[in-house]
Amino acid sequence: MIPELGNFALILALLLAITQGTLPIIGAARGIPSWIALARPVVQGQFVFLAIAFGCLAYSFVNNDFSVMNVARNSNSELPIQYRIAASWGSHEGSLLLWVFMLSAWSVAVSVFSRHLPDEMVARVLGVMGLVSVGFILFLLVTSNPFDRLLPAAFEGSDLNPLLQDPGMVIHPPMLYMGYVGFSVAFAFAIAALLSGEMDAAWARWSRPWTTVAWVFLTIGIMLGSWWAYYELGWGGWWFWDPVENASFLPWLVGTALVHSLAVTEKRGSFKSWTVLLAICAFSLSLLGTFLVRSGVLTSVHAFATDPARGVFILAFLVIVIGSSLLLFAWRAPKVGLGGKFDLVSRESMLLANNLLLMVAAGSVLLGTLYPLIMDSLDLGKISVGPPYFEAVFVPLMTPAIFLMGLGPLARWKQASLPELMLRLRWAFGVSVVTALLMPFIMGEWKPLVSFGLLLAFWVIATIFVSIRQRLNNSGQGGLFTKLARQSRSYYSMHLAHFGIAVFIIGVTLVNGYETEKDVRMEIGSTVEMGGYTFRFNGASPVSGPNYQAMRGDIEVLRNGEKIRVMQPEKRTYNASGMAMTEPAIDTGFLRDLYVALGEPLEDGAWVVRVYHKPFVDWIWFGCLLMAFGGILAVTDRRYRLKVHTKHVETATVADDKRVASNPRLSTGGKKA
Amino acid sequence: MKPRHRKLAIIVSGVSALGIAAALVLNAFESNMVFFFSPSQVAANEAPRGKSFRIGGLVEEGSIKRQSDGVTVNFVVTDTAKVIPVVYTGILPDLFKEGKGVVAQGKLSADGVFRADEVLAKHDENYMPPEAAGALEQARIQKTVMTQ
Repeated sequence: MIPELGNFALILALLLAITQGTLPIIGAARGIPSWIALARPVVQGQFVFLAIAFGCLAYSFVNNDFSVMNVARNSNSELPIQYRIAASWGSHEGSLLLWVFMLSAWSVAVSVFSRHLPDEMVARVLGVMGLVSVGFILFLLVTSNPFDRLLPAAFEGSDLNPLLQDPGMVIHPPMLYMGYVGFSVAFAFAIAALLSGEMDAAWARWSRPWTTVAWVFLTIGIMLGSWWAYYELGWGGWWFWDPVENASFLPWLVGTALVHSLAVTEKRGSFKSWTVLLAICAFSLSLLGTFLVRSGVLTSVHAFATDPARGVFILAFLVIVIGSSLLLFAWRAPKVGLGGKFDLVSRESMLLANNLLLMVAAGSVLLGTLYPLIMDSLDLGKISVGPPYFEAVFVPLMTPAIFLMGLGPLARWKQASLPELMLRLRWAFGVSVVTALLMPFIMGEWKPLVSFGLLLAFWVIATIFVSIRQRLNNSGQGGLFTKLARQSRSYYSMHLAHFGIAVFIIGVTLVNGYETEKDVRMEIGSTVEMGGYTFRFNGASPVSGPNYQAMRGDIEVLRNGEKIRVMQPEKRTYNASGMAMTEPAIDTGFLRDLYVALGEPLEDGAWVVRVYHKPFVDWIWFGCLLMAFGGILAVTDRRYRLKVHTKHVETATVADDKRVASNPRLSTGGKKA
Repeated sequence: MKPRHRKLAIIVSGVSALGIAAALVLNAFESNMVFFFSPSQVAANEAPRGKSFRIGGLVEEGSIKRQSDGVTVNFVVTDTAKVIPVVYTGILPDLFKEGKGVVAQGKLSADGVFRADEVLAKHDENYMPPEAAGALEQARIQKTVMTQ
């Protein structure tokens, strides 16, 4: 009964989505106020029905209703409750339902927080989101219904993939999807601008916080995925350039470019067409990512289906969405215009260069990800493109980008002077070079690549200091803290996110340069030395978990002869699927991780054991968190909060903003009230 | 600089930067593509010597032998028509089993042994690496052609 209710709610949601995708857009074009006014209530209604549908699916999972095919395939009565809930988005069908549910949640958020926007604009934005929703709900109902029954019902479910039975996996997909789906708002704003032909600084300011929030979710989602791969797959790697990872990284790269391009459009009115194009690209890649991972094209843990009907639907959907929006772009972009002019050396030109580099990087990742698939589908041979390609491409592309990242925030808008910039940054450059040359000696061995990586990181940090110092010198009277408090959150948010990049680079550089790993045969009582630590293997003993049996190793870690902790890696076999799983033990530290995993059992209680020493590895994820915090800080900036409280002075603020925009120093620091 | 020259300079520098980037990408792409060969293709000497490539098929039953250091493993990959002996040092993936699908990346040494530096078995019990499945299919077709 409950699954049928869910199915029915899904059908009702489809009808509302069709209404949402047509009437408000037509109403906005024809000027019919009653049709325009439909947008908000319809969005909220759709949300209610999708919430019911999702609730029904979760209910079936929680109550082990194995007469539902999706539940029977992806759950098991022994599965702990939190994983039963997570299993509702662990499958292809469930994850798409989550996707569309999140889309409706974002739509509701837009409908609630857009009171100060013109009604036609809101109608168009919500209408575009409605059309996307129609595509997804149709896909669910036609090819991947999560409520399909299994008759006769299964006696027991075949279990959730053990790799997914992990707290990280409970929150990773929703975070990632929040990011993917969030770009639909930027996309909808862009399409709305193309439809209306109007795009000004106010437009950029409306769509900017939405884009930033989506970017924050995507950043956290990717970070969680990377962290999960590190501690769950038992390989100790944090990024594999696997197609599945690339699929999430592509929209991130383009989204990062979009966040920056939007800043220029808001502050300077430039890059207009470019911003629209990026918004379309970011969302298209989000769609591509969703489908690439979920359709079974890339057969891996993320792919669950190999059904040609789905493939055809997906291809058609992608072609319609991407094709029609690009057509619309080609037709309407001249009306939107390019925006203000700027000099060859200016903050705009540096941001543009960075945007291009990010896009080229995204293009190269896309090439490496799709080319093997295309070759294979055309029967031209099987090839694979591994990490060496991506690394060979990525480092040279990101090097100038990171150099410019330090330079850009110090350059003036419109026209900057190169000699002046060099003068202002000479000590920052000197300090970063010297530190980068000396630092590797502290780590024990000088390596050119490590030095180079650190140079980039220290350059970013040093320029942040220079920027803040010069900013404070120019911000009037008062003590240090008064001056610090006078700077806007958006100013700090930029530096925080850039600092996150620097932390990330330090982590990547040092772990790549100095990690040690050994796969060794360990008898009971034998020891291994690594990174100043001694690992003593005390044997492995059987333990049982809620739905698995395991061998748990007991490894003592000693430093200078003193025992500092016991690590207990496991080798699990899951009852329902019979699948084996390596569960490493990790000792996390600020400066290093110790990582041990059990390999295979040998004779006489000996095991093959994998032991890693990974310096600074946690800085990678910490850097990502800093970037995400930077994004959060940016959307809490005063000027967005002001908008909500002062709807009635809308026109005044917009006029005020134009004045502010012409004075770069006021634009972030000045008070607008 | 006149505005016209400035514009030209921006365009020229932009295009040349994109050109360099594209050349870089394509060059890296060219040199890092890894091709796949089935055991039959390797037996027919189609695989390159001294260059890394991938092989795939089934791990032959009873072929896994562990050397005395505990971490070096010998096994045989078969597509049911031909076989390749493989040697690998390190921990094998959880789902590496006799009779199951496998893909290995490495180089072929002069004595005909494939020295793998990476062994991939995927994340799912019933999952067969697509390359391995393809190799088996190819061998099956070959056999039927030969018996006819």
